[in-house]
Amino acid sequence: MAEDSKEDSVASNVDSDQQTPDGSLNNSVLADGSCLLRRMEICVAEAEKRSGKNAVSMQETFTVYLVETRPIDATAEGRSPPPDSLWRRYSEFELLRNYLIIAYPYIVVPPLPEKRAEFVWHKLSADNMDPDFVERRRIGLENFLFRVASHPVLSNDEILYHFLTKEHGWKEMVYETGFQAKADSRLRALSATFRVRSPHKRLVEMKHYSDGLQSHTAQLLRARTRVADRLYAVYKVHGNYGRVFSEWSAIEKEMGDGLQSAGHHMDAYATSIDDILEEEEHYADQLKEYLFYAEALRAVCRKHELSQFELEMASLDLISKKQQREELATGVCHTNINLKQYAMLPKACK
Amino acid sequence: ILLHTACKLQSRLNYSIRCSRDLKVNNLNVDNEGEVTVYMKFSFRFLLQTTCSEFDSSQYEVRRRYQDFLWLKSRLEDNYPTLIVHPLPEKFVMKGMVDRFNDDFIETRRKALHRFLNRISEHPILSNSHYFKVFLTEEELAPHRKQGPGFLSRMGETMRTMANSVRGLRSKLEEFDVMQEYVEDFSNKICSVDKVTQRIIKEQREYMDELKHYSSTYFQWAESEKELAEPLKGIGSCVERCSKETQEQVQHLSEVLVPALHEYVLCADTLKAVMRRRNNIQAEFEAKNEALASRKTDQEMVDDLADRVEQANNALRGDWSRWRTSMRADLKSALISSAVKNVDYYEKVSSKLKGDSFTVLSPFHISPFSFSSELQNLGL
Repeated sequence: MAEDSKEDSVASNVDSDQQTPDGSLNNSVLADGSCLLRRMEICVAEAEKRSGKNAVSMQETFTVYLVETRPIDATAEGRSPPPDSLWRRYSEFELLRNYLIIAYPYIVVPPLPEKRAEFVWHKLSADNMDPDFVERRRIGLENFLFRVASHPVLSNDEILYHFLTKEHGWKEMVYETGFQAKADSRLRALSATFRVRSPHKRLVEMKHYSDGLQSHTAQLLRARTRVADRLYAVYKVHGNYGRVFSEWSAIEKEMGDGLQSAGHHMDAYATSIDDILEEEEHYADQLKEYLFYAEALRAVCRKHELSQFELEMASLDLISKKQQREELATGVCHTNINLKQYAMLPKACK
Repeated sequence: ILLHTACKLQSRLNYSIRCSRDLKVNNLNVDNEGEVTVYMKFSFRFLLQTTCSEFDSSQYEVRRRYQDFLWLKSRLEDNYPTLIVHPLPEKFVMKGMVDRFNDDFIETRRKALHRFLNRISEHPILSNSHYFKVFLTEEELAPHRKQGPGFLSRMGETMRTMANSVRGLRSKLEEFDVMQEYVEDFSNKICSVDKVTQRIIKEQREYMDELKHYSSTYFQWAESEKELAEPLKGIGSCVERCSKETQEQVQHLSEVLVPALHEYVLCADTLKAVMRRRNNIQAEFEAKNEALASRKTDQEMVDDLADRVEQANNALRGDWSRWRTSMRADLKSALISSAVKNVDYYEKVSSKLKGDSFTVLSPFHISPFSFSSELQNLGL
């Protein structure tokens, strides 16, 4: 994934006045249709532990990630200025994504890495501070930024740009957009699913597909976890061999050396499983990306259904209002629309 | 005498024993409700081919049951108390729901009994035992079984062991102390290795089952995909083959390593018994030796017992190094065979994964952008 995006960000003919002094995006760039990643190198370089007081004034430890940016034309010209950088927490990435989902409801917004470690096999720590977990999360956050920044529409968003460049005051800027007010209630979305009259065929297909994809990837991840558990057990039991062979070698003369090296090998074998399974976690992460993308796709379908439903309701409303206006205009008074329909029947029969 | 010795040597080399299964139905009962109960006794057929002139014929075929083997073993132990007789397979297997008529159980037992006879035939002294020859040549063993010491003598031995453990040995020979210590340690270690191996087999089996389930989830997913279907099926069948290889590996462990380890667990018990019997012989001599002082016995008896001790110790010494050598050979070959199989297993598994991985993993890099671009095309 990262490789694909990097290939996209080839230094191309860029306008020299892309970045105006006040940091706002130049309209000519928008008209270009090029995306942010073509103009700017982005990476999530490091992670660090911090301590601080949270919202309820309690001491907490959290991880911050270093987001580095550097204009591409600077590198193309042979200069290598140090990158601009700022620190972001996971929750800030989350805020950015929530904003993008609401601001661009018709776009499948790339997913973030997990908030909490799920699908954990037995010995893998579910601890968010675990260095392996933090490293995999760093990669996930980087992929998220790559994807967003190479999206033709999302990459031109101002909030995104400020996320990458403005360390302080960014949160306030996001809240000021008032995006939270535009969020839909799940209940309304759910009722829309059932009450839409003429659902868009393609959308229904997509909905079913994303449901299927979600269930398959979740199933796969669960099965993989169980396999990992079992494999771990197999390797660890071999560790017992290590102990016994070493002890046995002590009482044998001729076989002693052979048994001892067998014992050492078994010990090494038993400890090798940790690295093997950690490697596999990267594969599991890719599967999780598919899972989360399916969720994002589903969210877009839901939003579409809701909009469609609202459109249908509005159309019906319009029809009824028109009829009412007609009635008022012709002076004919009826208690309700339904009676009017019945009243028409005798006329027709005459 | 020279001729006799030569023949003895020859007979050691010219036993060829083949073994097969035999099923004899002893009893068929039909009770009041019409339920049929069949009492089956399993026996094994042994074909002995020998070129030794001591035997009247060059070929004998006999049917023997497990009980017959118990008889033979006890005869050999009585006659050669400090020789190390290869163990018999167990009478019952406690673990799991092993059906006595289960194919695997019978087969395992048959192999072990065959090995027992082969080991005896390779032993320089035991192979000349009268009882061994009778066992292999006489059609009916029953008349021979009535001879020889029976239950009472076994009782006597147990009593003597108990008495000796109370009194203790007067002169403790260090070499046998060392042996005893080794036997204790070896017994512990071999039991542990046996247990660990059983545990590994259990875990491998569970891993194998999970792999099967895992591969089926890939196939299920493949059904609802177009471009990804082939790669997904590829991984699925890869995982499936891994499962099969694991099954083979487990089978090999069960057929090669487990029986070998198990035999030596039983050997350890045999060794303990041998040490006990040797101690008894020495204790008996010492008791009589003491009695000599108070004239309760005569010099001749004491000398006989002294000879007996001498014989027993020498026999044990000789057999001890022989046993050590064959133990090393047996376990080494079993362990090496398992190691080779392990290497083979991992090579197969990793080659399967490598072979398919490039075709399989690259399509996972299909860009999810196709989702959002499709939606855009709907003109929303």
